[in-house]
Formats: sequence, structure tokens, C-alpha cells
Amino acid sequence: MTMLYDATRFAVPDRLETGWKPRLLRWETLLLAVAAAIFTFNALSSPYFLDPWSLSDATFNFTEKATIALAMALLIIAAEIDLSVASIIALCSVAMGAAAEAGAGTGVLVLIGLGVGALAGAFNGALVTGFGLPSIVVTIGTLSLFRGLAYVVLGDGVYKNYPDSFAFFGQGYVWWVLSFEFVLFLALAVVFGVVLHKTSFGRWIYAIGNNPTAARFSGIRVERVKFLLFVLSGLMAGLASVMLTSRVGSTRPSIAFGWELEIVTMVVLGGVSILGGSGSIPGVVIAAFVMGLVTFGLGLLNVPGIVMSIVIGVMLISVIALPILWRRLQGN
Amino acid sequence: MAMDEEDGAPVLRMRGIGKRFPGVVALQEVDLALYPGQVTALVGENGAGKSTLVKILCGVYQPDSGEIELAGETVRLNSAEQAMQLGVSVIHQETVLFDELSVTENIFLGQQMRNRLGMLDWPTMKKRAVAILQDLEADIDPDAKLRDLGIAQKHLVAIARALSVDSRIVVMDEPTAALSWKEIEELYAIVEKLKSEGKAILFISHKFEEIIRIADNYTVFRDGVVAGSGQVADTTQDALIALMVGRKVDQIFPKQMVEIGETVLEVRGLSHPTEFADISFTVRRGEILGFYGLVGAGRSELMQALFGVTRFSTGEVVLDGAPVTLKSPSDAVKRGIVYVPEERQRQGAVLPLPIFQNITLPSLGRLSRNGLLELAQEFDLARQYAARLELKAASLSHPVNTLSGGNQQKVVIAKWLATEPRVIILDEPTKGIDVGSKAAVHGFMSELARQGLSVIMVSSEIPEILGMSDRIAVMREGRIVDTAPRQEADAESLIRMAIGATQEAGVDAA
Repeated sequence: MTMLYDATRFAVPDRLETGWKPRLLRWETLLLAVAAAIFTFNALSSPYFLDPWSLSDATFNFTEKATIALAMALLIIAAEIDLSVASIIALCSVAMGAAAEAGAGTGVLVLIGLGVGALAGAFNGALVTGFGLPSIVVTIGTLSLFRGLAYVVLGDGVYKNYPDSFAFFGQGYVWWVLSFEFVLFLALAVVFGVVLHKTSFGRWIYAIGNNPTAARFSGIRVERVKFLLFVLSGLMAGLASVMLTSRVGSTRPSIAFGWELEIVTMVVLGGVSILGGSGSIPGVVIAAFVMGLVTFGLGLLNVPGIVMSIVIGVMLISVIALPILWRRLQGN
Repeated sequence: MAMDEEDGAPVLRMRGIGKRFPGVVALQEVDLALYPGQVTALVGENGAGKSTLVKILCGVYQPDSGEIELAGETVRLNSAEQAMQLGVSVIHQETVLFDELSVTENIFLGQQMRNRLGMLDWPTMKKRAVAILQDLEADIDPDAKLRDLGIAQKHLVAIARALSVDSRIVVMDEPTAALSWKEIEELYAIVEKLKSEGKAILFISHKFEEIIRIADNYTVFRDGVVAGSGQVADTTQDALIALMVGRKVDQIFPKQMVEIGETVLEVRGLSHPTEFADISFTVRRGEILGFYGLVGAGRSELMQALFGVTRFSTGEVVLDGAPVTLKSPSDAVKRGIVYVPEERQRQGAVLPLPIFQNITLPSLGRLSRNGLLELAQEFDLARQYAARLELKAASLSHPVNTLSGGNQQKVVIAKWLATEPRVIILDEPTKGIDVGSKAAVHGFMSELARQGLSVIMVSSEIPEILGMSDRIAVMREGRIVDTAPRQEADAESLIRMAIGATQEAGVDAA
């Protein structure tokens, strides 16, 4: 490309040198410090924590949720949200359970899990983009709807006739202590990170989250991008359903109840603005570890489940409030 | 005309005002005096520091240095509320009002009157509102919701709000930017009235005819310092412009002679259920087609239909001899039709994103390899167009909302030029832009035409329309009432056609 214009008079530098301070004060860096602190605390307070197998077990606590959080992060950055993900897990699990009762093989079960998840996501996406409804309302509705369907089909029964080979997705190990779930999550984290930060699609997500009107006026197909994000969110919920169902080996309609809050907490803790427009995948990944370490640490300390639920609630409120207070402090 | 400065003591005097922001000195050693019963025009390019000064005056920003004297007493304006109590009212450029509240509620919001029981005293407030509106000769129902008013009426409500307190100083930040010429005349009458009541008025404007006409004094800002001040009677438009830009610049760059080529875009019988009807025109290669009309004549709606934002009901758009479907902006962009919107902050730029990401946003496909964005190429493209449009910014990674209005507009134009379009539609391209940027945009439009683009320009400024267009289409109430070559058009005939006046009616065109 030739520079036909006076480059010296109107030269605008690409970026300014900012030094180490802003980088150190980034949300991701702080999170990493928090993760290290909790890790140290856990190691000091329980002799069992540092055992490789114990750490491996710890990952099962959060990988399924974190897998969905990757897609949820994209949705929230685009200023939408999907609160029906936990109910999609239940719907997928019931579909797989019914198919397993009918004698379906492992491959077919996985396809059903992913397919039902994607369809449920498409249903959300169609309602939001087709009718221009707010996603928070639509997905609160489908949260009830999908879970309700699971109850209608299964009642208070249980599906547990899964083929033996199906157990791999939630119980198998790829190498030594590295579980299939964990490795898959790490691989997906890389994929989502590349998509969000290195592709046009990712850039469109930021543009839509910051100003959907200007995004549309820039030739971006806003509705199509949003629809795809809802399908992706459903697909990830389907995948989580495959892993979770495989791990527990049975399906009850109450499966994964209340997970949506933990997933949203994870995303917001990762530095994604609940108002849309900003956030990063590395932040969400670190936040997943923080959440996993906290719940596992509490478990090691024999803290009852109801207290954990209180902890999650406090975390959700504080992570939404903290970045706002943080920006205010930086602003002054 | 103006009183001699020595005759009256200033009601407000600012001395040595300085204000810094990280990396920018917004104001340096600024002196300003406002006199009762006089209009002082504040002139300067966008980014010269006018808005910062206004924000200091209304208590939003605190100056780093200098002092403010109100009626001889040194004051500190710590908050907007305090500034208002001390008698400083500001009518902002973009009116800060509430759509869902009534006219009366808007006028008295934040300064409600209470009765003896401490309850809101709506009957009194309504009476006051009616009185103020009558004073302004504004025919507005005090119970109407603001949502149901037009832009000009909203503006009157904003003025009424400023006058509801007993203010000594009225600041008007580009009050005529969104008004039609008839409404502007009414605003001038209001300014005269305020003057006669002894209020000191600070009038910020980019329009020189307006300054010459209504201001008594002027102060010119350039790059955060006072470049000059004095009495309007002793100066000329050219002298003001020279002070402003620090060099001599023609206000309008007339379009250069360009060879006009074949027809590129043809619009046949385009209609919309409510906004426009039976629109037909052609634009040729190298041509600038100007669209003149009053605010609300349907020009923006027509352009947004050509850009695929709104659908048209009947008619067709033909590009290079083949009909095209325009169901969405992305269709239009793919065909090489792009649109620089009038509302650049809402529709033009994604303000929180960096400058370079805004410029490359529609061109990302071209800047990817194997599906991955190439950052170096993004910066190359952004740098190239930033230089071409003479963008002034600290860095390409700064968010667009750190730029002045004129530079934001340059980013939006750069974004579209980077897509190498065939037809570019510019909707009020220089509205609210300083003279320097304006000249840059005008010069640039000529260059685009010379490079073979077809340019459609919507403008409500007659000198711009007459200076830049090869042909001028005039719209009224959703229809094109006339299309004429520039040589056959003059200001008076354009206004007559736009308002639908007949020759005999003898409209007093300003």
C-alpha cells in the first residue's frame, strides 16, 4: 500500500506505550492472584489437596459448567444471556436416557445430546431474534419450559440403562490424571479464545454488545450472529449434558438444577461486563478455576451444600459490584 | 449594537482557567467575560476546548487553575446544582430531557416547587410552565409527554427549563444545529428577548452568519487557548475563520470539475408506506447529487431505505444496470452502497471500541487469513485512512469516544472508504463539525468524485448544497419536488421549494 499523504503531519501511532502498571492492574492478573491465594490456602488447610488424583477430581467440579461458560461469555459480551442452559442439560439428558432405554448406542446418544441442545438453543435464538424479545425474559421462560418437559417425560423416575462405553465422556482419562472432560474443556477454551479474539466473528460480537445499531449500520448481520450464539450456547449445554449424564450414569429430571447461576457467576467473575461489550476468554477460564478451587476447598473442609450455595450467591453479587467499584476507583 | 466593554461590569469573569486531562491540555490560561444584556459568541474548532469550558461553567468539571467571578465575587462551581442556583443555565447541544415525562415535569425536574406540606406543588408549577412557554411564544401543551413533541419543540422545552430559574447567565451550546430555518428565526427572537431582559448569553455556534447576526462580542478558542476576542461589529467572517484555524481557509471548498461518467445508481418509483413516495433519480459516476429539504422531509428515511435499513414497499433500485435487492445494510455494503449516518454517535461508530477496530469493522473479511484476523494489516489499513482524512487522535488504539465530533465523523467516513464503495451516501456530513474538519470533508468529497465514486449528499445547509452538488434534488413531504443542475439553483428558490411556497406568496427567505 502506498502512502500518498503527508505521513508526518497526521501520523497517528498504532498504540501508546502504557508501561507495566495497567497490565498488572488488569482484571485477569488480579484473578490469577486470587486463584493462587485460594490454591495456597487449600494446600495449607488440607493435607489431601495437593495429591494429583485429588486435584484431578477437583476439575470435575467445574469443567462441565465452565464448558457452557465459554459460550455464555460470548452471549453476554453480545449483550444477551441464556438462563435456560441448566434446563437444556436436563432436556438433553432425558432425551438420551429415553434413547438408551430404546437401545441406542453410544454414538447415537452423543448425537442426540448435542442435537437436542442445539435445537433448544435455536428455539431460544429464534424467539429472541425473530420476535425481538429480550433474552432474559425468553430464557427465563424456556428455563421453566425445558425443565418442565423433562419432568413430564420422566416424572419422578430415573433412566440408568446407559451402555458401558458411554461412561468414557464423564469418567474416562486421556492420560494419567487428565480426564477427558478436562482436556476437552481446555481444547474448547483455546477454540473459543481464538474465535472471540482473533476472528471477524469475535469482533462482530464486541461491536454488537457495545452498539447493536452501529453494528447493523456497519453491515453486520446482528440477528444472525445472535442466533448463532444461542445455538452455540445450546450446543455447549448439550455437550455438558453428555459429560454430566455419563459421569453420574443416570438421568433424573432435577439434573444440573440451578447451574445457570453458577455459570453466569463464572462469566462475570471472569471480567465479562454484565452489560455487554467487554470481557475475555482467558478471564473466564481463570474464573472457572477460581470457582472450582473455592467449591472444592469448601468441600474438603466439610462445608455443607447449603453454605456453598450462600457462598455462590455472595460471589455473584460481589463480582458484579466489584468491577463497577473498581472502575470508579480507577476513574478517580 | 454592542455596548462598549467598559460601560458595564461583566456579570461573569473567568481568569486564567486551565484544565488538563490525561495526555491532553484542554484549556490553558483562558479568560472570558460575559456582560449583562449582551450575546458573546464562543467560536472554535471541535476539540478547541469549548465543551470543556461549558462543563466548567455548569459545574460538571472543576478547573485545575484560575478563578471564576460571578457579579464580582469569587465562586467555586462544585456541582451542576450549585451552578444553577448561582444563576447559570445551560441549554445543551443534545437536549437532556426525559421522553416519558410531561413538559411541566421536564421543566421543573430537579428544582420542583413544594407547597406548605412539603408535597410537590403541581398546580403552581403548571401555571409557571404555561407562563414561561407563553413568554417564549411556544404553542406547547404543558401536559404533553415529551415523546410526542418534535425536535424543535423539545428544544423549546429545554430553553423553558433553563429560563424557569432566575438565571443571570444562559449558555447555549449549538442551539440551532437541529433546527430548520424557520425555527432558527424563532430562536433568534428568543435570544433578543433574553438580551432585553439583561441576561448574559454565551452562544456557541459554528455558523458564522448567525454569529455576525446575533452576537455582540466574540471569543475564539484554538487548541485550548484564546486565539482572539473582541466586538463582532469590528470583525468579519474571514477574520474569525482565520483566528479559528490559525491559517486562511475557504469555508466551502467548491467541488472540483470532474468528468461525469455513466449512470451508476438508478432509483425508480421508490415508495414507503409513510415516509416517502414515488422517488426516482439517477446518480452518475463522479457526480455529487445533493438532497435539500426541511428536517422531516423524508430524506434520511429514503437514504436508509437505499442502505437496506428500512424496507421500501414498491419501486426498484438499479445498480450498474441490474436491479439489486437491499434487505439489510450488509446487502447494500456488498453491492458497494454505503451510508454515513446523521446520528454518528448512535448509528455511525461503536464509540467504546478502538479507532482502528471501527475503521476495519466492515472490511474484516479482507483482513483475515485462514479465518484469522491479521492485526498488522488492520493497523495498516486504519493508519492509511486516518492519514488520508487527517484524523487527529492520540493513538489508533484509543476508543472513538475520546475524539471530538469532527474526528468521530472522520472515523465513520474512513470506515466506509476502506471498503472501496461505488456509491457513498453522506447524511448531513458536516453537521456540528468545526470549520477545519468541514473543509477537510468537503475537499475529500470532491476527491471521491474525482476517483469515480457516486456521491449522494443530504444537507440542510444551503451553502454546502450549492457549493458541493452537481445536481440538487429538493424533497418536500416525502416527495422529490424538483431536480436541477447547480447552475440553475439559488438559495431562495431552494427554500421556496422546500417549504412549498409559491412565487406570489413572497416568503421572506433568510
